[in-house]
Amino acid sequence: MAFSRRNFLKLAAMSAGSTLIADTPFLSTRARAEAEGGNVRYVATSCEMCFWKCGVIAKVQKNKKGEDVVVKLEGNPFHPQSNGKLCARGQAGIGQLYDEDRLKKPMIRTGERGDGQYKEVSWEEALDYTVEKLKAVVDKYGPHAVAMMSHGSPGDYFTNLLMAMGSGNIAFPSFAQCKGIRDVAWELTFGHKPGSSCERVDLKNSKVIVLFGTHLGENMHNSQNQEFAEAVGRGAKIICVDPRYSTAAAKASLWLPIKPGTDMALLLTWINLIISNGWYDKEYVEQYTVGFEELKEAVKGYTVEWCAKETELHEADIIEAAKDLGRYAPNVMIHPGRHVAWYGDDTQRSRAMAIINAILGSWGREGGIWLPPKGKLAGFNDGIPEYPIPDEDPIIKGNYPFAGGEGLTQVVRDVTITGKPYPIKAWFVCGTNLMKSLPAPELTRKAIDSLDFIVAVDLLPTDTVMMADVILPECTYLERHDGLFKIETRETGVAIRQPAIEPMGESKPAWWIGSELCKRMGHPEYAVKDSSMDDLQAWEKRMRRQAKAWGIDFDKLADEGYITIPDSEAPYITPENQPVFKTPSKKIELFSSELDEKHFDPIPKYEKVEPPPEGMYRLVYGRSPVHTFSRTINDQWLWELQKENQVWLNTKEAARLGLKDNQYVVLENQDKVVSNKVLVKVTERIRQDCVYMVHGFGQNSKRLTRAYNKGADDQQLITRYKVDPITGGTGMRVNFVTIKEA
Amino acid sequence: MPRYVMVIDQSRCIGCMSCVVACKRENDVPPEQYRTRVVEMVRGEFPRLRTEMRSELCNHCDDPPCVHICPTGASHQEKDGTVQIDRRKCVGCKACITACPYDVRYINEEHGYADKCSFCQHRLKEGKEPACVATCVGRSRIFGDLDDPNSEVSQLLRENSWRVLKPEVGTKPHVYYINQFPRKS
Repeated sequence: MAFSRRNFLKLAAMSAGSTLIADTPFLSTRARAEAEGGNVRYVATSCEMCFWKCGVIAKVQKNKKGEDVVVKLEGNPFHPQSNGKLCARGQAGIGQLYDEDRLKKPMIRTGERGDGQYKEVSWEEALDYTVEKLKAVVDKYGPHAVAMMSHGSPGDYFTNLLMAMGSGNIAFPSFAQCKGIRDVAWELTFGHKPGSSCERVDLKNSKVIVLFGTHLGENMHNSQNQEFAEAVGRGAKIICVDPRYSTAAAKASLWLPIKPGTDMALLLTWINLIISNGWYDKEYVEQYTVGFEELKEAVKGYTVEWCAKETELHEADIIEAAKDLGRYAPNVMIHPGRHVAWYGDDTQRSRAMAIINAILGSWGREGGIWLPPKGKLAGFNDGIPEYPIPDEDPIIKGNYPFAGGEGLTQVVRDVTITGKPYPIKAWFVCGTNLMKSLPAPELTRKAIDSLDFIVAVDLLPTDTVMMADVILPECTYLERHDGLFKIETRETGVAIRQPAIEPMGESKPAWWIGSELCKRMGHPEYAVKDSSMDDLQAWEKRMRRQAKAWGIDFDKLADEGYITIPDSEAPYITPENQPVFKTPSKKIELFSSELDEKHFDPIPKYEKVEPPPEGMYRLVYGRSPVHTFSRTINDQWLWELQKENQVWLNTKEAARLGLKDNQYVVLENQDKVVSNKVLVKVTERIRQDCVYMVHGFGQNSKRLTRAYNKGADDQQLITRYKVDPITGGTGMRVNFVTIKEA
Repeated sequence: MPRYVMVIDQSRCIGCMSCVVACKRENDVPPEQYRTRVVEMVRGEFPRLRTEMRSELCNHCDDPPCVHICPTGASHQEKDGTVQIDRRKCVGCKACITACPYDVRYINEEHGYADKCSFCQHRLKEGKEPACVATCVGRSRIFGDLDDPNSEVSQLLRENSWRVLKPEVGTKPHVYYINQFPRKS
């Protein structure tokens, strides 16, 4: 008998001899509350503890004072990003909601920038002051002198504000510091990004999964990790390429502890092996690709012997991995990864990964990369007028021909410092802790110091927020509407964010803040329709209009949290379902005509990265499953699980330095920057030439009472970065450190 | 009457700690106390390493030393095989904490009674799985009725070789471990 959770629960309920409440998680929120007698409410909404946008069901009860309290968060079983489950962070959303350190009232700076002195003011005063300062900048320099940087949903509303004002200087660290580089590489190759809501990796059906630095398990994106565990449980072959023995490496059948910075050597050698041994998918290559002969010619010098020397891997392992990829093709994948801003050659490395997937025929094949879903939803702007053309061209793409529309944060920073080609004198910083997310934080500080005005919109008093002239407190995702969200997994769907409780203190939704600023800046036509100072329902009305435009039953969506667009799932290539490649040749470009045209290598080449100087270690960083960068670091439930980070150091190196496990050390980088004290984890799980730490710790803001001064900040030590000439991505694994006792 | 057991497929555990948070919130576990934990054991030398991910919790033993030693009868075994604590009878003497070979009990300092995993008894009564199982991202924790031959736990224990923790102490745990290490395909 096939097991299903539904059956089990029925059996369990019956055999326990209790009233059968059926399988409550599969009921709509309304039905579920009714089944439990009405003393409880369930609210279907979307998580924002990270950016995977899992469907979440919030359980709300009255406390003794009669106030609504969120008591539990569970995964929404209808939503494909959560499938009824939440990660540690998702469940700890309540810790963020009730964090006593949250920003509760608007504040205006009274002391010097960065000294932490503020006065609490009313929203009227805060908004008027913001507008007065913005107008002064616009009058003196033009609207382009106002820039905005953001992460997460608040960005939408301030993008609208800036566009309405006539500035296009908008940038998101998710591009140059993270996955934008990869997206461009895959667009150059396949004409598509490797995913939007999630990477389109068919992990659960894959026979061979190759991970380059991607540490699933520690990098905790819910549905992707569910599928990864499924693959491991099924006995799929996992090949993990990482200088560190990560959780994913612990699940792998083959761990390749590669010398940092030599990934390209391995990739090109694999391409050579796969082609020269005929392990590629010949029909697929013939039918769907261009540039195969050029590729074959370009990689033939990359031999296994050379690769073994370069990467410090065993020849037999290099061959075994390539052979397995060939044997099980096309039901195999090289995972595209997510944070790929490593060495400044990252577009080309991502291209090499895309190319292997292409020649193995895995794009559009079971166990490979599934095809983008159908079910397109028309853009919806609620009838606002077209935005004015910016008075000056935005500078957000710098001189990088393939920089994406999300912009380059470090270029905004550079222009702010230099004033060239024009001054940038005001920043909006929305939901991103720039001091911790951009490399070379001393430059971020320098840029902030040169501004006439900086405004922060955020939940918590982060390091960056505490440099702002005005702080506008946003409410958490559990207290606001956002969306509708288009969710693209194997299928297309629509999800909603709606408040479980009223905003705490005087915090407000970002849409409301953006809308009120639009009006005060003299652009009421771009404000949310029928919105006012004392009305927080205008966005819900907008969502209803959007649902109507999309032909979706809003009440059902509000009740269940997620709705599937019918017939949108078509993951694999069939005679009727042919892939569309949006490249100049309409084929997969193994040889990139677009790169060729801009005088970049049309096929990736290997170039050595700078090795660590004698006696120093390369600094490598990554993720913890219980934290999202520095965003969750003060959440009491997550803080309890991980209060500070550790620096991983190989056992032999520790012995050489006379360091013992779990003692405090400090790191000093090549530019003499010294870290906070940090615990050393002496381990066999890392190579001798590098050290590793989880990103996001070492907060300087004293108002984060739990997180303040706990652990070390990797970003502080990343004083250097190497810019990718193709996309403008900031390679950050080019810093070196020494370690000594604290 | 069912006989509740948990099967833990260690190969599927990705160490995400979702179970730990789910348990703490569901059961209002005090700060710095835990009813369940995930132990990561790495053995070997670079680069030949092997890792065991092991979720640990109350084993709801068939022969529970905590019940035998409890002077007040607060710790007791229910008909469904689970080991529970009657908080009204508990005097906080800590005998059970000493007796338990698995280090899974603690004193709730605020209220003074001993506490531990109940297999989420309150959820079972509502026909729901324990909270840690419901949210287990890797589907590493599987819960069910061993007396039902068609249950997933019965099937898994038939089809896999399994072990329990510290079999030498003779407690006959109801938490079973399968696939200590990922399969090497």
